[in-house]
Amino acid sequence: MARLIANTPCAGLLPKTIGSVSLSEVDAGVVTLVAPFNGQQKAVSDALKSAIGVGFVAPNRCVGTSPRVMWCGMGQALVMGVDCPDLPAQCVDHSDAWAIVRIDGAGADAVLARLTPIDLRASVFKKGHTARTLIGHMTGGITRLGAQSFEVMVMRSMAATLVHELVQAAENMDARAGLSA
Amino acid sequence: MRLPCPLCGDRDRREFYYQGHAVALDRPARDAGDGAWDDYLHNRDNIAGEVRDLWHHEAGCGAWIEVTRNTVTHVVSGARLVRGTAK
Repeated sequence: MARLIANTPCAGLLPKTIGSVSLSEVDAGVVTLVAPFNGQQKAVSDALKSAIGVGFVAPNRCVGTSPRVMWCGMGQALVMGVDCPDLPAQCVDHSDAWAIVRIDGAGADAVLARLTPIDLRASVFKKGHTARTLIGHMTGGITRLGAQSFEVMVMRSMAATLVHELVQAAENMDARAGLSA
Repeated sequence: MRLPCPLCGDRDRREFYYQGHAVALDRPARDAGDGAWDDYLHNRDNIAGEVRDLWHHEAGCGAWIEVTRNTVTHVVSGARLVRGTAK
């Protein structure tokens, strides 16, 4: 019988530290995409709150740590880190579907600013905010975890490209810092 | 150019796909006649001034939005979600 080896999306690619920035993979555990049926968003939110302690989220928001609920498009959210309860919603298993990379350290925002067109300033994009946007040429999500700490996610098929883009941007920023030192 | 997505806020034009005039939201009745259907399917005015266009926030929230934009001054004066408005 074949011996199958389970790998995370970025296995063999991360972690990496480049200058002041470190890249590491996030294992979100069980992930479920929840899309409430028409008019059922409040019912979904109430059911989620009583089952896992976090309700359905407003657009561009991410609530909780583990479990947490992350908005991911119009009428959709990801329930992460917990088995999804029964809900009046379309629920799709997304476990292992996302490559999630955490980027920490001074200048993490400057690295991301090379890859995404959104406004990442802390006064606009705060802790607990999430955005669906472009990362290089890929569609993905960016979530702020702290002052210089972000999570970047794309579908798993693009994991290697995501790591490549982040590493390239971080190396460029590091090289530039070396020039002016 | 930045477009004001009602869900995501001001976003770069690169995140959007351009569909065309928002006439697509005003589908004529089945028996409206050839003229009305011809206009709906094929005929578009090349307006100098305020236009209503459909854009898809494909690299964002996935919503279709109707953006009001002035082709003379390039001012983007507003946007609304298409969801729930089509007849």
